[in-house]
Amino acid sequence: MFPYCTDPDTLDTFRWFSCYLTTGVHMSFYLSFLKVLALLAITAPVALGFGFLGAMAARAQFAPLSLFGKGYIAVVRGVPDIAFFLFFVIALDQAFEWSRHQILCPDWTDPIRQGSDFLVCPQAKLPLGTAPEWMHETYGFFLAVITFAIVFGAFAANVLFGAMRAVPHAQLETAAAYGMSRRQTFWRILVPQMWVYALPGLSNLWMVLIKATPLLFLLGIEDIVYWARELGGTKTSRFTDYPHGDWRMWYFLFLLVFYLAMTRISEIVLERLMRRLSHGQATSGGELLRKETTA
Amino acid sequence: MSSCLQTIQDYGLRAIGLGERLLPREGYTLCEHFTLIGSGMIWNIYFGVLALTTGFFLATALAVGKASPNRLVRKPAEWFIFIFRGSPLFIQFFFAYFLFLSLKSVHPVFDPFTAAWLGALIVLFFNTAAYSGEIFYGALRSIPKGDIEAADAYGFSGWSKFRKITWPTMLRLAWPAYTNEAIFLFHATTLVFFSGFPAWQQRGDALYYANYFADKTFNPFVPYPILAFYFILLTLGIIAMFGLVNRRLNRHLPAERRGKLRMRMNLIR
Amino acid sequence: MKTLILTTAALALTAGMALAQQTVRMGTEGAYPPYNFINDAGEIDGFERELGDELCTRAGLTCEWVKNDWDSIIPNLVSGNYDTIVAGMSITDERDEVIDFTQDYYPPTASAYVALSDGVDVMSAVVAAQTGTIQAGHVAESGATLVEFATPEETIAAVRNGEADAVLADRDYLVPIVEESGGELTFIGDPVPLGGGVGMGLRESDTELRDTFDAAITSMKEDGTLNELLKKWFGEDTQTY
Repeated sequence: MFPYCTDPDTLDTFRWFSCYLTTGVHMSFYLSFLKVLALLAITAPVALGFGFLGAMAARAQFAPLSLFGKGYIAVVRGVPDIAFFLFFVIALDQAFEWSRHQILCPDWTDPIRQGSDFLVCPQAKLPLGTAPEWMHETYGFFLAVITFAIVFGAFAANVLFGAMRAVPHAQLETAAAYGMSRRQTFWRILVPQMWVYALPGLSNLWMVLIKATPLLFLLGIEDIVYWARELGGTKTSRFTDYPHGDWRMWYFLFLLVFYLAMTRISEIVLERLMRRLSHGQATSGGELLRKETTA
Repeated sequence: MSSCLQTIQDYGLRAIGLGERLLPREGYTLCEHFTLIGSGMIWNIYFGVLALTTGFFLATALAVGKASPNRLVRKPAEWFIFIFRGSPLFIQFFFAYFLFLSLKSVHPVFDPFTAAWLGALIVLFFNTAAYSGEIFYGALRSIPKGDIEAADAYGFSGWSKFRKITWPTMLRLAWPAYTNEAIFLFHATTLVFFSGFPAWQQRGDALYYANYFADKTFNPFVPYPILAFYFILLTLGIIAMFGLVNRRLNRHLPAERRGKLRMRMNLIR
Repeated sequence: MKTLILTTAALALTAGMALAQQTVRMGTEGAYPPYNFINDAGEIDGFERELGDELCTRAGLTCEWVKNDWDSIIPNLVSGNYDTIVAGMSITDERDEVIDFTQDYYPPTASAYVALSDGVDVMSAVVAAQTGTIQAGHVAESGATLVEFATPEETIAAVRNGEADAVLADRDYLVPIVEESGGELTFIGDPVPLGGGVGMGLRESDTELRDTFDAAITSMKEDGTLNELLKKWFGEDTQTY
């Protein structure tokens, strides 16, 4: 990185570190923090969407649909999330390739499962064998996002389902009295009002989502945990210019601090958001705000 | 059928090192799946039960500490809760393992800490104490004012007031949320062998064996549903046990106010 | 070689789409110097990197390197996330049932025990090994207490901090570590011959690709370039062909 880095052996501690921390591998480490943030930014809205659908399904009057919605919430809740992560990434990949195989190669006669091989025709491969490396990485990341969204969608569905029931019934009755249809009542009355009831649950969910991001490591993605373990390990001088002992503890301490900071920032932002949303609402929070401004 | 009994004999207690030394290498029957993954549950239950029972006491202390008017007591409790609730358990496991490793060279006292049975247990103990502490603290603040005033009027004070009035009421209010915490603590025990702590002689928890099978057969559709089956059983068991305690905690209330133990928001950490 | 081109062409024709030349994806661990590791620039480096690139040039293939954790390296090959494993993987019967191997590009070698002191009885001590390696299998059968770790680096760390009494790994992996440790670590006992050399792993269905690489390895053995590479990365007195 810096011109004086050519011979690290001669450097004093400070300059040694300035070189050490800017090597190519460390750049990959810093880049992996962006991966975590990207995961959060993409997963949160997708999971919210899944959650909304799940909650709508659970509320549905059509019994099988409602059963499906409730079952989805219950199963994800009852099983450790990391089992889902380990399961879904392989299962989704196989499911996608299998369905593409059925569509794209109807004439293929060989069995798909040959012993322990899972074989689909080359055109059904995801991504295609010819695709560049970044496509493969994006695909892996995409699988991770879907897995996260499925798991967190169930939790969001649980929250939204509760929030929909928390909206005062009188509001819905009034809407009905004005001659609104069920659909109109849902979209115009229930949905706008439910957010304030959902926010405490959703902010909690956001915190949990932040804390679930290191599980990316288990999905085979080179995330911050992977690099912390790789970089922190003992390095001998034969294979690197920057030999050092076992520094994994310090790398993980850094990750710990990173997550604590993320949590703290989120807490502050969510608190502000809650204040904004409570404005003019018939809740104790809204009442408190009204008193503050009139007093 | 009899071969399955044999499998159960061989692998039923494999997770604690009894029975067959080598894990199955080929075939991988359904019976082997069920037996080994079930055997791994021993560790999940061990971690969950011990962390929960020990964590309970620290949680009470933390809740009282966080509610204390004394800054010197309050601040440490607040920080403890923030650190353990604000960072991922997964990272805590990694960090604790490497920390114990470096402490090992300082003093031989720390030797057993790098083994999962103690090291991971300590992390889980601190972690659940922080989460339950926050739950108890919330409950402590929502104890009806009237209850405390009545206690004062009856001449309760100090320890006996806490023991007889504050603490039972706090538990009663916190119990539904605490049940959730218990469920998710058990789920969190599956992280242990995926986060630095090595598996000795391939003695691992349920997920360790489920993952072993999935790796060997490259078929996730058998071992993970079996794992899910065991965990759903465990979750139902926890709900039943905590429901019993809940009934006892609420036995003085009139029937219509008692209500059932309602499962609220359930979240992973 | 010819067969490969023909089959690729046939496939492209039957599929009715002109597939560009197939990229061969090479899976490796990136944590096993000198076989494979990540250098300071963040790229895959090592004996196998150089060897793999040369093999691909000789076979006229476009190759691309992919990193994957050791414990899932076979499942991910089988599921088609990459096409070869070039990760210091010894050829064993157990693995051969699941995947196919080329001929060895590294002669059958010895594994060795390393410990902090001489007085360790490797038949009864606590021995560290990497999960899913032939060494782990050997320790499990030897009667010693096996502790498994996900990466080779962690097995060494375990011996350094007393987690384990000894580690069993490929001798060539251990040599630079023992040399650098300044007398802290020593080899103990006799080397243990394990496995049938290191080969490139492929899916059982990929027979053409295997034959292609086999031919390339043979040509490198014949003109001596493989021996040069071995000497470059493993020292002058390493075993050669």
